[in-house]
Formats: sequence, structure tokens, C-alpha cells
Amino acid sequence: MIVSLLRILTLIRKELLVFLKDPKSRASLVLPPILQCLIFGYAATYDLNSVPYALVDQDRSAASIALVARLEGSGIFQREGTFARMTEAVPQLDARRALLIVVIGNGFERSLETGVPAPVQVIADGRNSNTSGIAQSYAGAIIGDFAAAWRAERGFPAAGVTVSTRAWFNPQLETRWSMIPSLIGTITMMMTMMLTAMSVAREREEGTFDQLLVAPFTPTEIMIGKAVPSMIVGITQASAVLLVALFWFRIPFAGSFFTLYAGLALFLAAAIGFGLFLSSLAGNMQQAMILAFVFLMPFMLLSGLMSPTENMPAVLQYLTMINPLTYAIRITRVVYLEGGRFAELLPDMLALVAIAAVTMPFAAWMFRHRLN
Amino acid sequence: MSAPRTMAGGLAGLLRRTRALIRKETRQLLRDFSSIAIGIVMPVTLLVLFGYGINLDVRNVPVAVLMEDDSAPARGVAAAFELSPYFSTQRVRTMNDAERMLMAGDVRAIVRIPSDFARSIDLGAADVQLIINGADANTARISLGYAQGAVATWAAKEAERTGNAGATGGIAVEPRLWFNEANDSSYFLVPGLIVLVMTLIGALLTALVMAREWERGTFEALFVTPVRSAEILLGKTVPYFVLGLIGLALCVVGSKLLFGVPLRGSLVILTFVSMLYLLVALGLGLVISSATKSQFVASQVTVLVTFLPAMMLSGFMYDPRSMPLAVQAITYVFPARYFVTLLQTLFLSGNNWSVILPNAAVLAGMAAALLALAVRLTRKRIA
Repeated sequence: MIVSLLRILTLIRKELLVFLKDPKSRASLVLPPILQCLIFGYAATYDLNSVPYALVDQDRSAASIALVARLEGSGIFQREGTFARMTEAVPQLDARRALLIVVIGNGFERSLETGVPAPVQVIADGRNSNTSGIAQSYAGAIIGDFAAAWRAERGFPAAGVTVSTRAWFNPQLETRWSMIPSLIGTITMMMTMMLTAMSVAREREEGTFDQLLVAPFTPTEIMIGKAVPSMIVGITQASAVLLVALFWFRIPFAGSFFTLYAGLALFLAAAIGFGLFLSSLAGNMQQAMILAFVFLMPFMLLSGLMSPTENMPAVLQYLTMINPLTYAIRITRVVYLEGGRFAELLPDMLALVAIAAVTMPFAAWMFRHRLN
Repeated sequence: MSAPRTMAGGLAGLLRRTRALIRKETRQLLRDFSSIAIGIVMPVTLLVLFGYGINLDVRNVPVAVLMEDDSAPARGVAAAFELSPYFSTQRVRTMNDAERMLMAGDVRAIVRIPSDFARSIDLGAADVQLIINGADANTARISLGYAQGAVATWAAKEAERTGNAGATGGIAVEPRLWFNEANDSSYFLVPGLIVLVMTLIGALLTALVMAREWERGTFEALFVTPVRSAEILLGKTVPYFVLGLIGLALCVVGSKLLFGVPLRGSLVILTFVSMLYLLVALGLGLVISSATKSQFVASQVTVLVTFLPAMMLSGFMYDPRSMPLAVQAITYVFPARYFVTLLQTLFLSGNNWSVILPNAAVLAGMAAALLALAVRLTRKRIA
């Protein structure tokens, strides 16, 4: 037992040396997670802060001018041009100079005065329907406010019902706050799966795997010797992302570090199990890398990172249940933002244990199977 | 050879040597299951996942409805939520229950109709409270819009019913969505995934294949043969170029057949700009591999400078207009930004020359620069 442990320790030491001795490879362990975190953190946002639009004002009244002033006063909407006719505004949208065309119809002011609903069209570029929807809802909200204020000023009865909102755990509803904690799991999964799959494949390609086999190691020991260094690298990378979240993006941490790291350790075990399984399929580094990608993409897409899993078709929802990243994202979000306790997350933790309990022995079996 | 080579002889030699290299490389590609995996399995998987899995529209959001008022208007608002396809509601009796459910993640939001709701309506200033779990900010924001819509629709109907038309808002906003009338997110995601497929085949696969030659020293072996460096690069890239075009064809046909995504522009232009982008990706792969000369480092660098920008900074999933100005400026460095603009325009808008010409020109320039750099880097190592 102790002899076996010592043997595993030498393997771990050798493996860490392989990662760390070359400065390029050392840099490629530390820099990518941090850069990825920054890229995702700044890019992955649905909060629009500048919407170029084209204005078609057919009314040219005091009311229409006031409405435009209100739109632009928000700081979000920038006018790309004012046009008399719709046909002149269309090229702006086509050429992507404008995201919206706001058409204030003829008789806008008169309708407002007489209490007939006054027509305003908000036409959006649907090439990215998501952004357009958000821009339209911003415009709609501002126009609604304008109507309420305009009517209140002139002594019309106020609009009936308002909705007041409070958001828990993320008061400003910033996309970044949900995105970055989820990245702790996503980035480490990408890195550790590639690392594990490639480290075995590299040995195969260079022929050193055969040397390992004639050395007094059992396949299980070799596997543990490959898994533990990846685990160490994974935990380090997760900590780097966590530090960026805490000190660069300054997202308040609500939960306990113990629960977070317990979840991460289980998650990494499950992810590395997948990586080892892939490495047993791959004959060289190219195959290992491509297999890792072919598996990573569905893991990322079916994890709730980009869209909620509840909206997916039933078949895909089953796949989300065997995806370790689904649980990692839930655990990190709940611990980080909601301050969730260990007991609350027990089902997710157990699911990760179950996945690791399948992938690890399966990878070990594949290892032996390929060796024979 | 003492006699000066004639042009025709040089050309024939070039063709012969390049053809031999292409044949060798194609065999290598076909024998390796990973090229099939990345060229065919991955595009199909991504197509299905983006088409069916990634749905940015929100439906059946679980909400707890707390009615502290049992008047007719309060019941009306509750019914507005219950009948909406966007929410699946659950009545709760106390705020404590509701908060516990929100904490436990059983519901994403609480709709609270306060006890003075009916009285406030008569006064003209009633308020419905919405408490939402912001941990998933995007879903929360969309649900919020739907909640406001549900309440506003109810209020409008109520006003109409009571004949108090003045109580409704004074402006009718008509939202229209051009180019994507169905408001279907697969319309912009599926064309966008072409950029991912092309990037992975063009840049990642090439970088790996070339880095392996450097790593094993087989590249130097090629240098002592009469093959010239430009010919080596040509022979290496042609098979992957073809594989990339197969991936493109799969994506175009799949998006049309499976999801009915319209291709409003011309197929010829689409193929042409995709070839341009493929050349850029191949050039990047070649440059990265000869700069790093190690498969592990090359793969990490390729993921970082081609794949992630293609996914995050290209406008494929996230609109650059939402990004901070500095990041917006950075997006223009990456070729994927231009390609996604071209794809979205060609698929959903049509042959819009004011978009196509400048973006295609940038891609052509990048391709020329990168390929020239790749040839230069390879030649330098021979000397």
C-alpha cells in the first residue's frame, strides 16, 4: 500500500515537472484561464449601452420632438440620422449602421391630445434577435415613461398599474454576475479535460507510455498518477478565476469557500474521469485534442451557461443530467451569489460523485483494456 | 540541373510535387478518425444542439403568486400570470413560504399582490411587486419583461372593460422585427455556428497537424527534399480547406432542412466569403504552429486567439454593441467578427453590398497577410 503510494507520488512529481519545466507550457496553464475569464467577463453581456437608431418623424410636432429628446436623454440611443420617409431609413438598417428604426406616425401629437393610442413603430434588425429584443424593450419602456409623464403634465388620469421589481442576489441584474461564477467550472473543465487527454496522448505519441508500462506501475496507479496532477492544476486555475471574479470584477461572494471547493473537487474528479476516458480512445495528441473538443462543446452548450436548461427538449434535458458542468455551474452560482449552504447542494454534489464513480473506473478499465 | 528551368517545366514540377504532397496529406487525413470527427460529427452535433438546445426564449418560468388581496382585480392579475405561456404559477399563502421557495430554487420569482391592491387601483396608482432571482441575470431580465407585459395587458383590458380608456398608456408601441419575423434564435445562432466549425477545422486542425511535424522533426526531413516551402504549405492546407468546405456544406444544408433558416443572399457569395475566412483560419493555424512548434502549446494558443474570439467576440452569441468600448475595439482585430457579420447578413438580409464588400475586403487582406507570413516563417527555418 505504502509502496504503491510512493510510486504514485513519483509519477505525480514527474507529471508536474512535465507541465512546469517548459516556460511556454507553464504560461499556457496560467494565462489562458485568466484571459478567458476577462474575455468572457467583458464580452458575455446582454446589457446594451449604446443603440444606434434611425428616426423617421412624420409628425414633426412638439410631442414628437419631446419623445425623441426623452429617448436620447437616456444615453442609450444615438441617432444615426433623421429621415422624412421610411424608404430612406431602410438602408441604415440594412447596412447595420442602425439597430432600430423608430417611426413616429403622422398625427402622433393629435392622437396623444385626444386620447386615441398614438402610433410609434419600433423596427429592429433581427439578424441578432436577442439584442434586438432587448433594444426594443428599452425603447418601449422609455416611450411608456414618456407617455405617462406627458399625460400627467396635462392632467390626464395616470396609468393604472405599475410593476415594481426587486432582484435578489444580483440587484442590477448584471449578466456578468451570473457569467463569471459559472466560468470557474467552465474554464477549469476545458483546461483539465484537454490537459488530461493530451498528457496521456503525448506519452503514447512519444513512445514513453511503453516505458511506463514496463516500469513497476499498475494501470490504476498510472491513472491516479495522471489524474492527481490535473486535479492540482484544475484547483489552481479555479482559484485564479475566483481571484479575478473577487478582485477584478469585484463580484461579492456570498457563500462559503469550503462548500465551493468541495463542489469543485468533486466536479474536477468527474471531468478528469472524462478526460482519461478520452485519452484511452486517442492514439495521438491530435485525436486527443479533437475528441476533447467534440465532447466539450456539448458539455458547454448543455450546461445552463448560455441558456437555461429548463427550456430544452426532454431528450437534451436528460443529457444535461449526465453533464458534470451542469452541476458545477449550479453549485458555483448558488454558493457564490446566493450564499447557498452545503446541505442545499447535497443533491448536486451526490450527482457529481455518481458521475465520477462511473467515469473513473470506466477510464481505468479502458486503460487496462487498451494495454492488453 | 545546369540548364535554366523553363517556365513550363517549373510549373509542371510545382504541380507534380504539390499533387504528391496533397495525396499524402489526404491519405493521412482520411485514415485518422479525428478528422472525420471534427469535419462531420462536430458540425452535425453543433447544428442539432444550437437548433434545439440553445433557446434564448424563456418559457414556463416557475413563479410563486402571493395574493394578499382577494379582490376581483387581484384575482385578475393572478390569472394574467396563470394564463401566460411564459410562467408556470403556484399559489402560496405567506411571504415566508414564497421566500423559502425562492431561496431553495423551486421558483425563480415571486409575484406579490399587496393587500391594498384593489383600493390603490381606484386611486389610480396600484403596484404589483415582483421579486426575482437574479443569479441568472439574462433569464431574469427576460422574465421581467414578460411580467410587465402580462400586467400591462391585464390593465389595458380592465380599462377597456370599465370604459376608463384614459387610464391606459397613451402610446401604442408596435414592435417589428425585420429579417427574423419568427423571432427564432436558431435564425441567428445556426448561421453563426459556421464560424465555429470553420475556425476549428481551419485553425485548430491545421495548427495541430503542423505542430506535430515540427515536434517530430519530419518538417526538416521535408526541407531536404526538392519540395519548396510554399509547396509544402499548399500541400498541407488543401485537404483541410476541402474538409472545411464539407463542414460548410453540412451547416448550410442542415440549417435549411432542419430549421428552415432562410438563405436570402446568394450561395455563390456565401461560398466565396467562407473560402476567404477559411484561408484566414488556415493562415492563423500555420503561423501559430510554426511560432510554437509544440502541439500542446499550439492548441492552447489556437483556442485562445481563434476559437474563443469566434465564440465570444464575433457577434455570434453576444452583440459587440453591448461590450465596453475597449473590448469593442479589440473585436475588430479578430477575423471572426467580419465573417459573422457577413454570415448574418447573407443568411437573413440578402446581398447587401454595403456590408459584403468592406467585410470581405478585410478578410481578403487578412488572408493575404497571414499566408505571406506563414510562408516567410517556414522559409526562415530552412536557412
